Amino acid sequence: MLTAAELEALRVSLIVAAESVACSLPLAIAIAWLLVRARFAGRPLLDAFVHLPLVLPPVVVGYLLLLAFGVRGPIGAWLHASFGIRLAFTTAGAALATAVMSFPLMVRAIRLSLEGVHPGLEEAARTLGAGQIDRFLSVTLPLMAPGILAGAVTAFAAGLGEFGAVITFAANIPGATRTLPLALYTAIQSPDGDVAAARLAALSFALGLAGLVAAELLARRLRARLGP
Amino acid sequence: MLDVDVTATRGSFALRARFRAPTPGITALFGPSGAGKSTLVHALAGLVPAAGRVQLDEATWLDTAAGTDVAAERRRIGYVFQDARLFPHLDVEDNLLYGLRRAPPCDHYARRDEIVALLGLGTLLERRAHQLSGGERQRVALGRALLAQPRLLLLDEPLASIDVARRDEVLPYLESLRDRYSIPMLYVSHQYDEVLRLATHVVLLADGRVLAAGTPAAISVDPALRPLVGVDGVGSVIDTEVIATDPAGTLATLAIGTGRLRVAVADAGVGARVRLQVLARDVILATEPPHALSVRNVLEGTLAELVDEGPDAVLAGIEIEGVRLLARITHAAVTELGLSPGLRVWALVKAASLRGHVYARPAADAADRRGLAAGSPDGHARRPAENEKGRRGDPSLER
Repeated sequence: MLTAAELEALRVSLIVAAESVACSLPLAIAIAWLLVRARFAGRPLLDAFVHLPLVLPPVVVGYLLLLAFGVRGPIGAWLHASFGIRLAFTTAGAALATAVMSFPLMVRAIRLSLEGVHPGLEEAARTLGAGQIDRFLSVTLPLMAPGILAGAVTAFAAGLGEFGAVITFAANIPGATRTLPLALYTAIQSPDGDVAAARLAALSFALGLAGLVAAELLARRLRARLGP
Repeated sequence: MLDVDVTATRGSFALRARFRAPTPGITALFGPSGAGKSTLVHALAGLVPAAGRVQLDEATWLDTAAGTDVAAERRRIGYVFQDARLFPHLDVEDNLLYGLRRAPPCDHYARRDEIVALLGLGTLLERRAHQLSGGERQRVALGRALLAQPRLLLLDEPLASIDVARRDEVLPYLESLRDRYSIPMLYVSHQYDEVLRLATHVVLLADGRVLAAGTPAAISVDPALRPLVGVDGVGSVIDTEVIATDPAGTLATLAIGTGRLRVAVADAGVGARVRLQVLARDVILATEPPHALSVRNVLEGTLAELVDEGPDAVLAGIEIEGVRLLARITHAAVTELGLSPGLRVWALVKAASLRGHVYARPAADAADRRGLAAGSPDGHARRPAENEKGRRGDPSLER
């Protein structure tokens, strides 16, 4: 049904999106917690910084990543020298670019769910003998679950389609960084790629829709478990 | 002995509370809304920053001078919140076990099965918080707090969010807990009826300060209480016991010094402890022994004081062998009878007017009180907060 090239693009897309979600989720929960529960001077700045990828052109994000994580960038050079990890022009790099781009979506969803957790429940847990980490894991986190899930699925669905930052930072390498939108772009560039482009577009459309519907259904089930 | 001397601030509100309360027993923290009751219990629990000293027997939770400030999660102070605060992602069973699992393994005095039975939670264990009524929720919260094996239990107006008619889903259970466990409790309320029903000690709080503290009997005649309970709520509380019953078992004779009061209390055997509230508006004064009257309850005493309560009333305090009775009379009566402190007087109390005012008396030995709580003939003792303000209106009052 799908051609080998399409399957490969689908596989790369799924891997990139999954890796990006897996890496950014813990950080997104931590940042959301800081933004909701912590009181510190730089909070508005952090808030703005997290949301930057929403308003910056993706090419700019990709370019900045290249500056920082490129082979000659300060972080990239250190990673390469210390661990032999190369991010630019690799699948991991595509995942990093995708993670940065979808990070604000994830933080927003998680933050919203954390704002819905009554701090009084954490107080109650406290009087029952639960320390800070204990009550976060046993009370706060389970109550945030619907939001975390929604954020993760939305970020995953968005990550499948990230284009600008990925092509800038990780290039368009078949089998490594050529995700669905990059394959689609390549098809459009070639003179007889009309059919291929249409098929890839339809695939992207179906994936995105399925992701959003799945997110909604899961969140609804979780919410039902928590009660009104 | 619970020894408290704390200051705390919440916004512009400043609390400076100092009191001592005997333990075990239920100490009621009574005062109007905004008196600082919640701030005080939050400070005791360690949920808001406070300075000063909080001690219970050998345990010191806060001692600013010595640099001690135990974290809330290590104080082992149980807290029953006004809004229950059950964990919505857990069922009742897991809510109950939340604190138990975190309690130190030694000295478990509250066992799960016992608490479930005592609070009637057996049929609720698999439900979630949103499937419970307000009263059931508070019972689960009570059980959850107790199973954490606390050394002190704070109850922050646990009935405030339950409609008046359903408070009996919780109050009898609270009494059972009080009778079963010797854990010290601090019960916050702005309902005087709840205080009379439960408390062994009362702390009056207003504007962040302790106005008075003492036994319910002592507090009942304290002038500081009067603005808090209103004109019709003023009356003396007498802790006494049944010394005789009539053959039909409906009238009990209570000892007030060497005086006797006969009160309708069904099923209260001889020796049963009774807390009696005699409202000042229900007491009539005479300056000579009355005769040819239908009133049977006459107590002889000495007029101790006359307090001007405005143009309508004078509050007379009558000393009867260590018991203080209050009577609300008119200025005209004071003048015509020539009342003045030191005068010998007779206080007339109609038995019917006492009927609604019998409370089982909280005390260290509990065994003899069960029958009494159930036994008030009109059911009032089991349902003390029937009218809006929770003040005892008495529809059965016959003059």
